[in-house]
Amino acid sequence: MGAKSTDALQKSRKMRNLKKNLIAYSFIAPNFIGFAVFTLVPITFAFLLAFLEWDGNNPVKFVGLENFKALVGDKFFLASLKNTIIYSVGTVPLTLVTSLVMAVILNQEIKGRAFFRTLGFFPYVASLVAVTSVWTMFFHSSKGPVNAMLYYLFKVPKEKLPNWFTGNLVLIMLILFSVWRFMGYYMVMFLAGLQTIPRDLYEAGTIDGANAWQRFRYITLPGLKPTTFLVSVMLTINCFKIYDIAVMLAGGSTNTLSVSSMVLVYYIYQNAFNFWKLGYSSAVAMVLFVLVLTVTLIQFKGQSRYANE
Amino acid sequence: MKSSRAMKTLKKSILYLVLVIMAAFMILPFLWMLSSSVKLDREVFNMNPFVWIPKKPRWQNYIDIWTKVPFFKYVQNTVFLTIVVTGLQILTSSFAAYAFAKLDFKYKSKLFFAYIATIAMPWQVYMVPQFLMMRSFGLNDKLLAIICLQAFSAFGVFLMRQFYLSIPDSLCEAARIDGMTEYGIYAKIMLPLSKPAIATLTIFTFVSTWNDYLGPLIYLKSIDKKTIQLGLKMFINQYSSEYGLIMAGSVMSLVPVIIVFLCLQKYFVEGIASSGIKG
Repeated sequence: MGAKSTDALQKSRKMRNLKKNLIAYSFIAPNFIGFAVFTLVPITFAFLLAFLEWDGNNPVKFVGLENFKALVGDKFFLASLKNTIIYSVGTVPLTLVTSLVMAVILNQEIKGRAFFRTLGFFPYVASLVAVTSVWTMFFHSSKGPVNAMLYYLFKVPKEKLPNWFTGNLVLIMLILFSVWRFMGYYMVMFLAGLQTIPRDLYEAGTIDGANAWQRFRYITLPGLKPTTFLVSVMLTINCFKIYDIAVMLAGGSTNTLSVSSMVLVYYIYQNAFNFWKLGYSSAVAMVLFVLVLTVTLIQFKGQSRYANE
Repeated sequence: MKSSRAMKTLKKSILYLVLVIMAAFMILPFLWMLSSSVKLDREVFNMNPFVWIPKKPRWQNYIDIWTKVPFFKYVQNTVFLTIVVTGLQILTSSFAAYAFAKLDFKYKSKLFFAYIATIAMPWQVYMVPQFLMMRSFGLNDKLLAIICLQAFSAFGVFLMRQFYLSIPDSLCEAARIDGMTEYGIYAKIMLPLSKPAIATLTIFTFVSTWNDYLGPLIYLKSIDKKTIQLGLKMFINQYSSEYGLIMAGSVMSLVPVIIVFLCLQKYFVEGIASSGIKG
């Protein structure tokens, strides 16, 4: 009798647990199913694909590390890797500095503060096709106002006017554009970081006779360390993923990039959808993944350091 | 005393000067866009003299863009995609986030880990296999492909969960004791409380779906499936010297985003500051 009732009790507890789990799963399912099918499965597939040779139609061939070996001698791959890294190395510090300066200025009691903050955001929310078309007009080699200024004001001879979207200049162009587009976004993160620095630190600093620069150098900058760290990590990852900015600024009317402006994601796209070298494209994708993963791991390390501080 | 006040005024003026220069730098491309959109092609690059507002504004540009390309179709597709993706994203991620934040169940941490692990995985790494998979489902050149692609992001679940965690558990407990079901708690208590998080997610999803280029470029091939971004880019490639028209199209492509942004910007700024993941 007693055994039977504990049995029933256990059964009902089990039932209750089951019901609880089922309710929870019903909450998760709509998102998780979509997420698993459209994200988890392709991710797994991506890792496999890097070791295969496949054009999407003919039988699949396992080639081991061949794709990766071929990368080493591929001058287009090396160019795209190099350009992506140069672009990131240029964009990250410049964006960091400009967005920090903007945040510090807009953190003061200033008339029209909200207006300026909103303005800083426009380049970020505006559609890329629209703003890049303005930039290409601005820097148009024969008609653009920038070159017109060089010609009329600085007397640069017509044949020496720079062509901004080719050669060495193109990466500088991409960097300048990205700084313009991203700085409002990261400014907001710095503004949030600034709110975490206690006000009395500044008061104490002022009493001790520190001037504005000293207060910035010895109070603001150290206080912003965690934010600066987070912003640099996010920025670097975003820079690695550059594609549309490059294609729209430097791709011309055929959307093709030359060796001087080719970036990793472009090379992934080109190999997959123009050459149908799916395995090879996935090997390039793995390089991108390793780059991003490295930065993410550095972030995790840094985060725990800042959490302990 | 007087000199220190003068100093202060000087400092303020320098600050404003820097601000105004930066603001000009930010807004100049947009002013140029607006100005060029009502000009003739040959007026656009006329520097000597340069006029911001032409004597006879050419509003015709705003009419021509609709007839030169199927702009209405592009708008239709983009609006449809943006609304469906944003709606699905908010619905499914707030739903899932509720379970992760407020319920206890088997495999909870493992399932959540699956979401977290993919946040460090750029979409560009798996876009090719994803395309192959969608193609085998027959979704190539279908708007549905873009919906599947964007509606179930790990980011949404993560963002909503973080917000729900800040709502005290006691609120749910009390409702449970009162006999409310979990679905009731979600709909009647959590959702109304999470307006700021929903606004943040709405604006993120709206902006990224509206402005997405690479996703639609991979999937949407036929003219009548294209989005505004694709259509505009195609137009630019085809009629690269019709500057006035290009600018008119550009202005129209960013009006809706600017409106949504201005309406929800308060939350947007909070959202970036608190989540700090999306870029």
